[in-house]
This record gives sequence, structure tokens and C-alpha cells, in this order.
Amino acid sequence: MTTKKPIRPEEEVHPSGDERYLAIDRTMKQFKYERDSLLEVLNAAQEVFGYLSRDLLIYISTQLKVPMSQVYGVATFYHLFTFEPQGEHNCIICKGTACHVKGADRIIEALSEEFNINAGETTPDGLFSLTIARCLGSCGLAPVIVLDGQVYGKETPEAVSRRAAEVVSRSKEELTQTMEVG
Amino acid sequence: MNFNNLEKIGQKELDRQGKYKRRIFCCTSTACLSAGAGQVHTSLDQSVEACRCDEHEAEVVKTGCMGLCSSGPLVRVEEKEKDPILYGNITSELAQQLVSRHVPIGEIDDELEEGDQDLSVTPHDMLHYRASLKKAGKKSDLDKNIISLDHPFFSKQVKVVLNETGIVNPDKLEDYLAHGGYQALAHVLENMTPEEVCDEILESELRGRGGAGFPTGMKWNFVRKEGAEDKFVIVNGDEGDPGAYMDRTVMEDDPHRVLEGMIICAYAVGASAGYLYIRGEYPIAINRIRKAIRDARRRKILGKSVLGTDFMFNADVRIGAGAFVCGEETALIHSVEGKRGMPRMRPPYPSTSGLWEAPTVINNVETMANVPSIINNGADWYASIGTEKSKGTKVFALAGHLRNTGLIEVPMGITLREIVYEIGGGIPENRGFKAAQTGGPSGGCIPEEYLDSPVDYESLNKLGSIMGSGGLVIIDDTTKMPDFANYFMEFCVDESCGKCLPCRVGTVQIGKLLDKLIAGDGSQEDIEQLENLCETVKTTSLCGLGQSAPNPVLSTLKYFRNEYDELVQQAQTADSGLN
Repeated sequence: MTTKKPIRPEEEVHPSGDERYLAIDRTMKQFKYERDSLLEVLNAAQEVFGYLSRDLLIYISTQLKVPMSQVYGVATFYHLFTFEPQGEHNCIICKGTACHVKGADRIIEALSEEFNINAGETTPDGLFSLTIARCLGSCGLAPVIVLDGQVYGKETPEAVSRRAAEVVSRSKEELTQTMEVG
Repeated sequence: MNFNNLEKIGQKELDRQGKYKRRIFCCTSTACLSAGAGQVHTSLDQSVEACRCDEHEAEVVKTGCMGLCSSGPLVRVEEKEKDPILYGNITSELAQQLVSRHVPIGEIDDELEEGDQDLSVTPHDMLHYRASLKKAGKKSDLDKNIISLDHPFFSKQVKVVLNETGIVNPDKLEDYLAHGGYQALAHVLENMTPEEVCDEILESELRGRGGAGFPTGMKWNFVRKEGAEDKFVIVNGDEGDPGAYMDRTVMEDDPHRVLEGMIICAYAVGASAGYLYIRGEYPIAINRIRKAIRDARRRKILGKSVLGTDFMFNADVRIGAGAFVCGEETALIHSVEGKRGMPRMRPPYPSTSGLWEAPTVINNVETMANVPSIINNGADWYASIGTEKSKGTKVFALAGHLRNTGLIEVPMGITLREIVYEIGGGIPENRGFKAAQTGGPSGGCIPEEYLDSPVDYESLNKLGSIMGSGGLVIIDDTTKMPDFANYFMEFCVDESCGKCLPCRVGTVQIGKLLDKLIAGDGSQEDIEQLENLCETVKTTSLCGLGQSAPNPVLSTLKYFRNEYDELVQQAQTADSGLN
């Protein structure tokens, strides 16, 4: 006979009111709150939240009993961690050696011009981020880009610009429509 | 020992596979997935379903990398008593045609059955494809997608590490067992002492595949002889070198092979716990290794009693967060301990004081993946491949301006010319060969006159490059070498951890000098200063990153000095023009 276990109430809500913290608690619990697990916990936090906010770092510091200076030091050491929220759309350009010799720089230039931002920045309206990756390891398809999670290979600057402009303008339209309705 | 159970599982899987008249293998490695292999796999599955044929007519298998990544997604059809056929650049629609060509179609009613309308491939589609195939006679569109397996890209390769990639389903332990998996481990546990295992590896003359080429057997012996209670094994899968993806492929496509090598290593040195440190950018590799660990635990290949013996070993995954310097062993240890990944002075070497100050073996993924084959076939067999000082094979990620790019495994001692012109198919668009870059940001550029030198540790070092972890980028004559050197220097500036001064400041200054020269503001003195600075950084940096960071600049200065001189000359003519 299978009876469903009642969900314990303390597992439903986190004191912060943000249930994403539960996922981080789970990771910390899995590693028995050991200080050595800092990198694993930061990895989990980056995955769940998309970026590491100041509050989040303080929370991890208190829970693991690791000084804030150390948490900040470790977090800023590694490239995968970001401290600002990403744009609604994200375009990652691979800058690995194979992509570099096949013109990744020109794609970055084209996008910088199209959206008026530098690599690693987000547009002021928060709609588009331009990110650089060291190597995505799909060198056979160079140059490679990832637009909103979808990988495109053997790309040209024009095609990438057009594709990125399309997704962003679609979001803009939706935004104006909601505003009109509102 | 309870390996018999596992052997039975392997045999059962082999029998199951033998029942199928044909097996359709679809590559689901990162490169092919990027090219759309996910949809192709679904489409193959649905099409076979839509054929309404007997269950044992065909099976669709998810496999790892088949090598020729530039032609992905790749699909291979193996029919009994027929030569295998490899198809490249397959799309969802071509996948349907492919199935209609190879799989017989069962009885299909004129009317669609209930629910068939909702399918993306209906039995009627298959009939339609079959009819048009008949009409076209032997000449089908699909023929254009066939890649000859006699091509030098395949025939020139020797597979040890990649022996099962592209053949086994990486998510299925049974499939690995069916192909002789964990036999080496069983043999080691039953018939060999730890000392004998270390000696076997020593005799095979296997050298570290992470780049430096330290004899693996020697490293294992150091740790074995340490008397400490706790010892660790770390597998280095932090492949940060841009343009290299050998380790990722091995972890993604044959995770159990890495795990088997790791467990054998742990037995040989007396370690009871180990970590696989994998780059965070490799989600598929992380998931497949994690699954492999779970499956191995369930089958008692990992845990308190490995294969029923009193040897205990546990393995876990640690995820890197994007720092090139973590490829350095002491930096990697700090990272596993949850700290900033900064290197420290050696000695003490990790073999005496490593993870949590315990004796630790750190080996690259590819090194570990060689171990099961050495145990199975013997040290002599392994030592018979390769050159006098570099034995065995090396996996390279072949990329850049070449007709065929992808993942290759070649015997040590093969010439660069064979790799570029036979395996790689030469330079496209009638352009000329300019240089082969090995070892990424730590390596150097090798010009045309040395194309006939053998690929081994010593020869590459002599040329001012390194074997490196296996990135091999070919560039054609449109690339300007100072720019190329600058690209790697920018990388090292970014990746320098900042602990020691020569690397932290030196790389920045080298970059500035290069910028100045490239902008046309440089002089001969700048080139001389560049050379001096490179030598200083190379000789005085703390770890491998700084010590090798000047290599791309030094090697291009050595072989392509004229391009730097031209930049200076251009600057001078521009100046005199202004006066």
C-alpha cells in the first residue's frame, strides 16, 4: 500500500519567502554544511538564481560559517559566477581558438554595434546580454554562438545580428502591447 | 569476487543486441547535439516506430562521438553481414528517409490508425519515402551524405582511449560491460598486487596526457609508497584550453572507462576516495559521469566492497567554475577544497602532500582512460605503439582551417603532415598552410618546414611548442601571426591568477607591447624587449601557466619574425610619410 507522505510545512516555505533558497539549503545539507563545499554551494546558487546577489553571498557566508571576505574572494575568482542579473535574451559568443581564427571577433563587433553595448554587458532596458565564452568545445562548427540556449554553428556576423535583433524586437513589441493594455 | 554477475549482465546485453538485424547509431556528443542531433535521434526513433516492422528489425542507439564533428550530426547504420555505412549532416527529414531506406516496412493499412495523425512521422510517410526511393533508383539524395569509412580520416587513426566511443551507449553500464568493461578491474583485484599494477603501468611507459608528460607509473609508485592512512585520487577534467575537447568527449562518451581507470589507480596506490574535477561548462559530461557513478555504486563496482573484495573506494564529482589555472595540480587541489584556485610552490608535490595534505594522485582524464586497455592487453602491447620515448596514442581535437575537423586518436610519432593533409584533408579554399598550433595558450606555432617532424613530447618541445592536452589548431595564410599570439596573450592576462608577479604583471606588459606593435607604433627595440620579457616570465613564474604563457609569442617570434619586422617597417614608413 502506498500512502503519500505529508509534506512537512517547514519544507514548503523558506524564512526569506523566496523558495529558491530551499535548493541552496539542500545542497548545503548534502555536504553537511562543510566549509569545503563553498564552491559547490556557489555553483548551485548561480544555477538557481542566475547570478549571485550580495544578499545571497551573505546568506551562504552565514550558513557555512565562512567569512564574507572568503566567500566574495572565491566567487570573484571564478569566471562562471556573475553578480548582475542577465538580460531577458542572452547571446553567448564562443571565443575559442577555432572560433577566433574563423572570425568570432567580427560577430562580437557586429552585436556590440547593433545593441550599443560591450561584451559582457546588458542593454539598459534589460532585454539583451552579450556574453563571451572561452570555448564551447564545438570547434567543428566554428564560429559557434548560443542564442537563448539554442546553439548555432558556422555563423556570420550578419546572420547573428539579424537573429538577435529579431528576438529582442519581438520582446519589445510584447512589452508595448502589455503597456497599451495596461 | 563477484565479477561473474557483471559478466552475465554483459553477455545478456550482447545477446540482446545480437537479436537486432540492424542497429542505427546516432551520435549525441556535444558537437553533434549543437548541430541538431537531438531532433535527429527523436526522428530516427519515430521513423523506426512508423515502419511497423518486427521489433528485431532495427534498434536506434544513442552513442558518443564518431569523430568527424564538422559533418555532424552523424548517423551510422550497421546491418548484419554488411559493411557499416556512415552518414553525415543528417537532418530530421533525412533521418526519416534514411530509415525508410534501411528498415523494411511492415503491413500498413490504407487508413491511418487512430492516433497516427498526431505522430510527426506516420507510416504513410515511410511508404511515401520508400516509393520515391524506388523511383530514384540507386541514386538517392542520401548518397551525398555518405562518408566513406576508408577515408584517411578514419583509416589513419589508432583507437585505444576512443575504442568504444561511438559504439557504446554512454548511459548504459550494460553496454560497457558487453564490450569488455570492468574486466581489467576484475583482473587487477583478483590477480595483481598494488605493486604489480604500478609496475605494469611503469613498463607500459604511459606518460601523463595533461601535457607535461610525467611517467604515470612513477607518480603512482610515489603515492603507493607513502604510509599515510588517507590517500586520494583526483581525475583532472578541467579542460580549460580553448579549442580542446578531448577530455570532455571521453567523459561524455565513455564515462565508465574513466571510472575504471580511476578505480584501478586507487587500488594501486591505496586510496579509498577520489574526485573527478569537471569543468562547469560541460553539463553533459557532468551528468553522464554522475550517472556512471550511480550505476557503478548500484552494481557494487564502487563502495565499501568493490566487486565483493575488501578493497573500498568511493568516487564523487566536483564542478569547476571556469578558471584555466585550475588545470595546474596544486591550484586544482585548492579548488576541490572550496578555495580560490591558486597554485602553490612545489615541493611538496601532491604525491606527498595533496588534497587536505594527504598523498594524492592527480591524473588527466585521458591518462586514466588508457589504464584499462593497458591492463587488458599488457604493458608490452602498449609500449609497442608510438616512439622510443613517447608510447601509445594521443587524442587530438583537430580544428581550424581544415577540410575535416573533429576528434582524432593517432599513434605517437605520426607526422604533422599526415595529420594535416591526410586525416584533416588539407586546407580548404586553395589557401596555403601557415602553422599548426599545439598546446593552446601554453603551446607554440609550428611552421611548414617542420611538418615532417613526429608528434611526440620531445620533438614538440624541441620546436618550442608542447604536446599540451591535445588541442591542435591549423591556421591558413590569411592569419597574421602577431595577432594570433596576441589572442593567446589576452587569454593568459585574463586567466593569470595573480599570485606571482612575473605572470600577473608580465603577461599584461607583453600584451601591451604586442598591442603597440600591431597598432603600428612599435620599433625594433620593442621587439627585443618583448623577447627579453618573455624569457623572464618563462623562467621566473610560479606555475605552469606563467612558465608557458610566453610560448605562443616566442614561437611566432622564432618562426615568423618577418611579420613582426614588417609591422615595425610599416610604422617607420608611416612616420617618414608624415614628415
